[in-house]
Amino acid sequence: MGRKILLITTDQQRYDTLGCNGGELARTPVVDSLAAQGIRYERAHPQSVVCMPSRSTILTGQHPSTHGVYMNGVPLPLDAPSVAELLRRSGYRTALIGKPHFQPFLDPFLRFAENSLGDETTPSGGAHRGFEHLEFATHGPVGPLHYARWLAANHPEVIGMFYRVLDDQLQVNADGGGATGAPQVHDNPVPREWYHTDWVAERTISWLDSLAVDDDWFCWMSFPDPHHPWDPPQSELGRIDWRDVPLPAGYPEKAADRERILDAKPRHWRMWYDGALVSNYEAPANWVPATMTADQVREVNARNAIECELIDEAVGRVLRRIRDRGWDDDVDIVFTTDHGELQGDFGLLFKGPYHVDALMRLPLIWRPAPSASMPASTVTAPVGLVDLAPTFCGIAGLPAADWMQGQPLPIDDVDAQQRGFERVLTEWDSELFGVGVHLRTINRAGWTLTRYLPGTVHDGTEGELYDLVADPLQQDNRWDDAGCAGIRDDLLADLSDSAPPVRRPKLQLEAPV
Amino acid sequence: MTAVRASIRRDVRIRGSADDIWAYVGNAARLAEWWPGITSCTVDGDTRTITMGSGLAVPEKILLVDDIDRRFQYRITGPLFREHTSTIDVHDLGDGTCLVVYSIDAEPSTMALVIGGAGGNALAHLRDLIEGGS
Repeated sequence: MGRKILLITTDQQRYDTLGCNGGELARTPVVDSLAAQGIRYERAHPQSVVCMPSRSTILTGQHPSTHGVYMNGVPLPLDAPSVAELLRRSGYRTALIGKPHFQPFLDPFLRFAENSLGDETTPSGGAHRGFEHLEFATHGPVGPLHYARWLAANHPEVIGMFYRVLDDQLQVNADGGGATGAPQVHDNPVPREWYHTDWVAERTISWLDSLAVDDDWFCWMSFPDPHHPWDPPQSELGRIDWRDVPLPAGYPEKAADRERILDAKPRHWRMWYDGALVSNYEAPANWVPATMTADQVREVNARNAIECELIDEAVGRVLRRIRDRGWDDDVDIVFTTDHGELQGDFGLLFKGPYHVDALMRLPLIWRPAPSASMPASTVTAPVGLVDLAPTFCGIAGLPAADWMQGQPLPIDDVDAQQRGFERVLTEWDSELFGVGVHLRTINRAGWTLTRYLPGTVHDGTEGELYDLVADPLQQDNRWDDAGCAGIRDDLLADLSDSAPPVRRPKLQLEAPV
Repeated sequence: MTAVRASIRRDVRIRGSADDIWAYVGNAARLAEWWPGITSCTVDGDTRTITMGSGLAVPEKILLVDDIDRRFQYRITGPLFREHTSTIDVHDLGDGTCLVVYSIDAEPSTMALVIGGAGGNALAHLRDLIEGGS
């Protein structure tokens, strides 16, 4: 019997939403406890700041340039490498429960495997991407996935209670709600036990209950929250009064301050803020960030924190069942997310081609199996989600596959230094309706540098450079600062030297998301 | 702001004769044979109704079937679209291959991408059908 693996992911969760990372809004005692027992990473970055590329990196252990899913709407090929398949072939029972998103959701043809399972939880052929058990959910109550089908079959009366994720144009909905009219905020009367957070936990528990005690298993429990819409069960809204929520440090309250900061960044930042350009599908096309009020920022943060609390409690229920089964000493638990959320920083919400900590600095906690006797620690060296797949291989006693581009996560900073964890890369490529935006980012030694490749908005000379020690909020772009030319040029050379191989031929964009 | 209307193009180069390819493309009733995700297709005069894998039935008006230029053009008339025209062209390149192009102009833009993306996938499937000889 070997070590079992529970991978817990959330969707679009910021680093600072956890108590163990200094967050003061959401109470997250369960995940905080995992961090106290295990390894907490202070500089974990995704390799893309949107769902499909980032999740594909978790599964394949490859950068987006290499696995080829360069933006949402580009499906990961069914024959792409999968760490779940490696584990399954070595005897692990495997499951993916919750949000997958390796293929597009907008699929009226049901031509993608993720959308065409019907009520089946066992894929034809025995496994799908290495997972022998599948139960899928996403942010809404309608569609072909298991959670929506379960609601339709058992609680159809609640389907209309949720926020409508897309509008009549099938764009991300800009409609506001709650007390402040903030976009994607909604009062949802759904009973808590029928909300997708609890459903994901209950389905995970059900699958764990189906296993033999001596099975080795890898379970990816994938919560759709705290990604918008911010429509947690109404019964939970009393947890945090939005009026008591302090404004985030990254939100300059004066419009003039916001505009000054944005104007020092490449032009698409200010263009989006003013409503002149929405370069990507992930933000509502009909919402202008400059119209957002301070109270709306407060209410979004309150709802988001409530969703984080519900996740924490759901994780706690799953961990109790693991203890009840007698497995806890042999279970490695990894908690992370696919990317962050702007959540008011710079006067913005949602996500897009904006490589700052709001979107790139992720919660990442690894609680090694207690039987492995690894001491608790904090790692400050940069790591990436690309390192998860080889970490899982290491836990299972397998060598990392040669197609993986990361390496097993370091257990402390000494280990990180010895094994060369110096930099982490993030990339963005979007080409949507005639607008092309391309970013390459490196984080190293307390600096974040982003180079803009030529596109329809940028000419290739633009960039961003932030000193994260002196400027943790990334409000002072040093790209054109002559005093920083040395570090800028050094990081640019490193970025070029470290670029991952590019998949050819390029995969096609097949849907908006 | 994001475009409300979109124009999207997908293409594929197929090793085969233009007549063989046109036998699929130019016959409105054969669409379900080469477009994955369309489960059925019925034609009544210039009206075609397709049924998608989700069960959604979509009515279409056939605008043009040009056997000489090998151009097929249709319009989705269902409520999801404010505007839509799709065109499929088969170009004989004269070297034993053809370039098949699927073009869609539509509002809303998101639906243009949903249909256009599926159209690109359908072209790849058509290539497999022709080159596989089935």
